[in-house]
Amino acid sequence: MSELLTRTDRGLYCEAGGFYIDPWRPVERAVVTHAHADHARRGMGSYLTTPEGEPVLRPRMGEEAVIQTAAYGEAVHMNGVTVSLHPAGHILGSAQVRVERRGEVWVVSGDYKLGSDRTCATFEPVQCQTFITESTFGLPIYRWPDQNEIFRQMNDWWAANRAAGKVSVLFAYALGKAQRLLAGADPSIGPIYGHGAVQVCNEGYRQAGIDLPACEYAGRGERGKDWDGALVVAPPGARGTPWLRKFRNYSTAFASGWMLVRGQRRRRSVDRGFVMSDHADWDGLLQTVRDTGCERCFITHGSRRVMEQYLNSETEVEAHQLETWFEGETDEGSAESDRESTDEELAEAANEGAGNE
Amino acid sequence: MNKFTTLFTRLDETNKTLAKQAALVDYFKDAPPADAAWAVYFLSGRKLKRLLLSRELRAWGAAEAGVPDWLFEASYEVVGDLAETLALLLPPPEEATELPLKTFVEERLLPLKGMEEGERRAAVVQLWRELDRPQRFVAGKLMTGSFRVGVSQRSVIKALAIVGDVPPELVAHRMMGTWEPTAGFYTSLTLPEADGEIDASRPYPFFLAHPTVAPSDDLDDANEYFAEWKWDGIRSQVIRRQGQSFVWSRGEELIGERFPEILAVADALPDGTALDGEIVIARDGDVQSFAELQRRIGRKTVGKKLLKECPAHFVLFDVLEAGGEDVRNQPLERRRECLAAIAESLAEQGLNVSPSDLLEGETWEAFAVHREHSRSMRAEGLMLKRKDAPYGVGRVRGPWWKWKVDPYTVDGVMLYAQRGHGRRASLYTDYTFGVWDEVDGEAKLVPFAKAYSGLTDKEIGSVDKWIRRNTVNKFGPVREVKHERVFELAFENIQQSTRHKSGIAVRFPRIVRIRDDKIAAEADTLDTVKGLVE
Repeated sequence: MSELLTRTDRGLYCEAGGFYIDPWRPVERAVVTHAHADHARRGMGSYLTTPEGEPVLRPRMGEEAVIQTAAYGEAVHMNGVTVSLHPAGHILGSAQVRVERRGEVWVVSGDYKLGSDRTCATFEPVQCQTFITESTFGLPIYRWPDQNEIFRQMNDWWAANRAAGKVSVLFAYALGKAQRLLAGADPSIGPIYGHGAVQVCNEGYRQAGIDLPACEYAGRGERGKDWDGALVVAPPGARGTPWLRKFRNYSTAFASGWMLVRGQRRRRSVDRGFVMSDHADWDGLLQTVRDTGCERCFITHGSRRVMEQYLNSETEVEAHQLETWFEGETDEGSAESDRESTDEELAEAANEGAGNE
Repeated sequence: MNKFTTLFTRLDETNKTLAKQAALVDYFKDAPPADAAWAVYFLSGRKLKRLLLSRELRAWGAAEAGVPDWLFEASYEVVGDLAETLALLLPPPEEATELPLKTFVEERLLPLKGMEEGERRAAVVQLWRELDRPQRFVAGKLMTGSFRVGVSQRSVIKALAIVGDVPPELVAHRMMGTWEPTAGFYTSLTLPEADGEIDASRPYPFFLAHPTVAPSDDLDDANEYFAEWKWDGIRSQVIRRQGQSFVWSRGEELIGERFPEILAVADALPDGTALDGEIVIARDGDVQSFAELQRRIGRKTVGKKLLKECPAHFVLFDVLEAGGEDVRNQPLERRRECLAAIAESLAEQGLNVSPSDLLEGETWEAFAVHREHSRSMRAEGLMLKRKDAPYGVGRVRGPWWKWKVDPYTVDGVMLYAQRGHGRRASLYTDYTFGVWDEVDGEAKLVPFAKAYSGLTDKEIGSVDKWIRRNTVNKFGPVREVKHERVFELAFENIQQSTRHKSGIAVRFPRIVRIRDDKIAAEADTLDTVKGLVE
């Protein structure tokens, strides 16, 4: 008897339903959990996502991409297999994928977080027999502080920089984290600007009806502009580039779950690290595995080995590692841990991967 | 403890010297002297004597955090720092209390040493329950003796000088030697200078040299400088005052007991003398390799046999105090005259001491010829010292320079990798390299050096990535990688070693560059490496 979902060299495949979930090579039919580049790739015959997810997926997959949508909880039937999408709380439109055939239920979590986030639908656990979970932060050292505390720190930092006559440059993944931070920023402190990559995503959020404070395009090399006291939100890739020069006197910060660990913080050599993640922390991962009521759990992305051993030895759940091609050998907190990589890096990785197989 | 933790956090958050300075000044302005004394103690790199075992902390921490031991270890491996792992894993504190640093150290940490294991465990767990996360981190660092923060002794001294409005040199002098971290000591650090305050044992701050690779670019005319051999030994200060003798290492340890020959030199000096020089091992007037000196280092008492086999010798190169007077402000030329007289009288008494040779020459070309011979002299290169310069404090650019010989370089193949610590936690940054050797008629790679430094952050990132994708074997935390990538390594010296598979040990190995233009077969052989040293 073959499994409902299997791992193939193109991605996670449902043979009975004839579709792939977050495939990494071109396929006819792709169900995507969210628009981040390591989950949604160009070149698929068609995409299935949520209506909220479409405005952020579209600019990344191209104007000509065929994108179908299904509302959270709406059943889509494919060759006798029922597929539905459920809130994952990761970024706008992100979804867990529930796959059912003749009473057998699998859920693929994609990336998810449990905490509150006003820019996307809140995570809901989905009952299943087999659960495929991410484990980016699958170690007990990772326990997230309250988001409002982080917003307070961020706004205090910004206000203090403003008082010292400095620009505040905040690095955050362009899609998702940047908008979550913007939603928590206090616009009464000063003007807010966004890097081009951030602006594109902001636009998608606004189209989906998410209210964000005014955020002006930080532009390219406008000389002599007064940036005094501004907050500038930029992707991590902008760190150490000449683009930053125009802000002259500035302080930098990076918002990421990795900022919890001192070594990681120091390696980034930013002035401040804000501990904010769009992934589940250790308690969140374990609670979710419990809440799904699953008997079996496959673990991808991150601390696979640790989660596998913990679930097998400390719980009733039967756990296995599931290697995804994207991380290769990435485990806990490696240099590659900036999950939202640039498309160039992914393209390069894709070429390498092809050579290996 | 709260204020000290805040200070640590501020120092840790920035790499800007001025911001660090400001944090230190803020702290010392406010802190009660009894707390500030301990702060100076820890910030200047002094440690508490071992209070407990790291194994104990790990076991108690895992139990208190409610995680299995293996999971604690897996977390530790990622964090790369025990104190931080504990801070992250332990549940939030029940009752945060504010302990002054003095109380914390003297009443909560120091007593741990004498306790039975059970009692010690209860005391540590109780401490954890009273401290918040940042405090636990600092507390863990102090407990394990691994407290380090990126702040130089110089910055601490400068901050104290600003707060007390006294010259930094005076503070530097007062901080040398042995002292107890008491309120009285702290207050005395910033008192105005008094006559005759220098106590008998106190050494002067060592003057250090700047590196140069091209003296003709960095320095003035060659004839303005004395050139001496740069020995690979123990930089020391030998002091005779008030009928007592002291031998200080640059690490501010009293090492006289370990080097009775040098202590004898001190004994023979007139009262009120302080000399600067290098302890080396010398036989029949020839300086021996550092490996010989290593046999003496670390032994508190020395047997007769070792004393005979590895006699210590003091190469004298400066006079800091003579006739009870601080002569550091005199030009080096004058100090050398004084030194020659002292050395002569010591040598007449048959003591193991000689003044450093001043190498002949008036041009950089002439000195360069001497430098070429450094290795055969077992020297690391040349020291260049301005003839008219006073003896300064710390590492000041200008008067003293070290012009080392170029290192040996070898192309090795990466064999194993391990994760680093601290800033490099969780990245694979510690590598073992091999060179080719014939074993039973077959060419094999034998490990010959470990290196941790030399790559840029960007290179480390890409090498880390490569290691993860090219692991062929895992032995606990060690990964064996495909024997594919060639790295050029530099090192200072090669010694015979029975403890290493390759039969050699290299000194200060580091990575010069990645040689992706070479394949593994093009790496060097063990014979080539051995052949580098005649």
